[in-house]
Amino acid sequence: MESKSKDKQMILRVQNLKKYFPIRRGFFQKIAGWVKAVDDVSFEIEQGKTLGLVGESGCGKTTVARLILKLLEPDNGKIIFRGIDIGELTEKEMKPLRKKIQIVFQDPFGSLNPRMTTGLSIEEGLRILGIKRGKKRKERLEKLLKMVGMSPESADRYPHEFSGGQRQRICIARALSVDPSLVVCDEPISALDVSIQAQIINLLKDLQDRLGLSYLFISHDLNVVSYLCSTISVMYKGQIMESAPAEELFENPRHPYTLSLISAIPDPAPGLRRKIEILEPDLSDSLITSKGCRFQGRCPMEEPRCLEEEISFEKVGEKHFVRCWKAAKK
Amino acid sequence: MTNDNTLISVQDLKVYFRSGHECARAVDGISFEIRQEETVCLVGESGCGKTVSALSILGLIQTPPGEIAGGQIMFQGKNLLELDEEDMQKIRGNRIAMVFQEPLTSLNPVFTIEDQIGEAISIHKNIGSGELRDCCIKLLKDVGIPSPVQRLKDYPHQLSGGQRQRVMIAMALACDPDLIIADEPTTALDVTVQAQILQLLKSIQETRSMSILYITHDLGVVANIAHRVYVMYSGIVTEQGNAAQIFHHARHPYTQGLLASLPSRSKRGKRLFSIPGTVPNPAYKPAGCPFHPRCPHAIPICGKEYPKMCDYGQAHLARCPVLFKNSHNPDKPEPKSI
Repeated sequence: MESKSKDKQMILRVQNLKKYFPIRRGFFQKIAGWVKAVDDVSFEIEQGKTLGLVGESGCGKTTVARLILKLLEPDNGKIIFRGIDIGELTEKEMKPLRKKIQIVFQDPFGSLNPRMTTGLSIEEGLRILGIKRGKKRKERLEKLLKMVGMSPESADRYPHEFSGGQRQRICIARALSVDPSLVVCDEPISALDVSIQAQIINLLKDLQDRLGLSYLFISHDLNVVSYLCSTISVMYKGQIMESAPAEELFENPRHPYTLSLISAIPDPAPGLRRKIEILEPDLSDSLITSKGCRFQGRCPMEEPRCLEEEISFEKVGEKHFVRCWKAAKK
Repeated sequence: MTNDNTLISVQDLKVYFRSGHECARAVDGISFEIRQEETVCLVGESGCGKTVSALSILGLIQTPPGEIAGGQIMFQGKNLLELDEEDMQKIRGNRIAMVFQEPLTSLNPVFTIEDQIGEAISIHKNIGSGELRDCCIKLLKDVGIPSPVQRLKDYPHQLSGGQRQRVMIAMALACDPDLIIADEPTTALDVTVQAQILQLLKSIQETRSMSILYITHDLGVVANIAHRVYVMYSGIVTEQGNAAQIFHHARHPYTQGLLASLPSRSKRGKRLFSIPGTVPNPAYKPAGCPFHPRCPHAIPICGKEYPKMCDYGQAHLARCPVLFKNSHNPDKPEPKSI
């Protein structure tokens, strides 16, 4: 009973998620090794809240997004959306749930079909929902466009007529057309101009307040994440290194990787320059590390134990977890 | 205006691009100067003309469709815009070098690192192959690439993004230039790698006493490295000053708006300020001040008259007469940054 009420609060729970990709070599394409793109990732997203997933490029953030959308099948682990394990569902059973989980992609230039008008792109979702062509569908379309701050006339225009920010608004309208409760935002503002980014961030926030949406916000920009997210998970080479409420993570970062990441944020306030902890360049073959901590070789507090043991994800405070035995002991 | 130690001075540069009946005024009369051993940042959004300004310094604007419509670029007593191709080649890569944004596309995938750095040197210097190799190794060492001797035979795809950018910097350093133009060199990199590259540029500048023209849209990076800053909008310089003046006492509504719209932890829970509207199309710029349709302080005259540069003293200039007048009017309070 208790777990059920917990499920209600948590819109999404990801447990021990794993996805390995094979590396094939040679004439017979024999499997020569595995890229551990996502390795033992767990997190939860509360109803109406935003989880920020940060990390460098290639750390597996987007693979996590694709697993949640069931565009990829996980090798192990559970993805529980509103109490239903979507990993066990067949494609047919998944279909009604697909409406509930939507995605906004990074590049608004590549993610809209250039041969479809804005209206057609957004209506595609409505058509799948079963809303027949006619007055009702048109009303809904106009409402969606208004919601993202576009005029109803833009429905008849093509993507190339819009700027990047407007296109991202269209992508958001398209994602919202099917009434989702969880929206995965995969770097939604990094392709936009600086003066436009704030507009889209405000829009995402307003929509969250109005519609009670939950977001999984994937980004490499810690400034944006620190502003927008309630909880932040820091990913490195397929594993979550640290996870904490946003304030806690910045006030009291434990993992050496989080520390260096925070110190590397370029801060737009000269004169207040803090010491930047420059990390050693990463020379290892990124994701194929065999054992031990993923951060080995770049960590300033490395010890022999780090190279041998598989490091567990330990609780160090209220909702604060860290994957570093040394940081956990402190 | 021109000091003795001015290395390069760009005056009233205009670069237009024509296609059919349209004429895009990408750079519309900008002036800036870089002194010796100074890092100058050109900041602005995409399409504001910062890259075009940099390319015209090196004479890399393709004509047609491009066209240098006016102005001059004085470098060591010569106007670069008047030089012929042969003279320009002696400067390009030799006295002024460039580091591009995307190291993967700007390195040739079918040549080794040694070939590419070697090419940059042998074009300008006549040296033997053994010496050339030593030069390459030294350059790679200078830019912090581990085990440079082994790396010489590597191809670009075998290096990480940060290492590729280091190779690009090594190529730029090859002839010990007076000025390096870095066009968004860290935009494609991760934050931790970005910190490394910025650190590298700073230390190179100190040891080699060169000047850097750094082009970026990231105000955080600007705060980190710039001595002086030029903020560009729609082909013109809207504000210029040193880093502290720009970040703590911004005088142009565009700069103020940009700074206010940056998300950060301290603004949590508050609504972000956002500049309404979008960047104007360079072919159809509004009359008067190009920023006036988006400006919260705009008055009717802004749409008619091209704004003058207003001097706030100590080399801090902003192209907004409205705020300038307000700041000198005792009845109205000092314009606060938003």
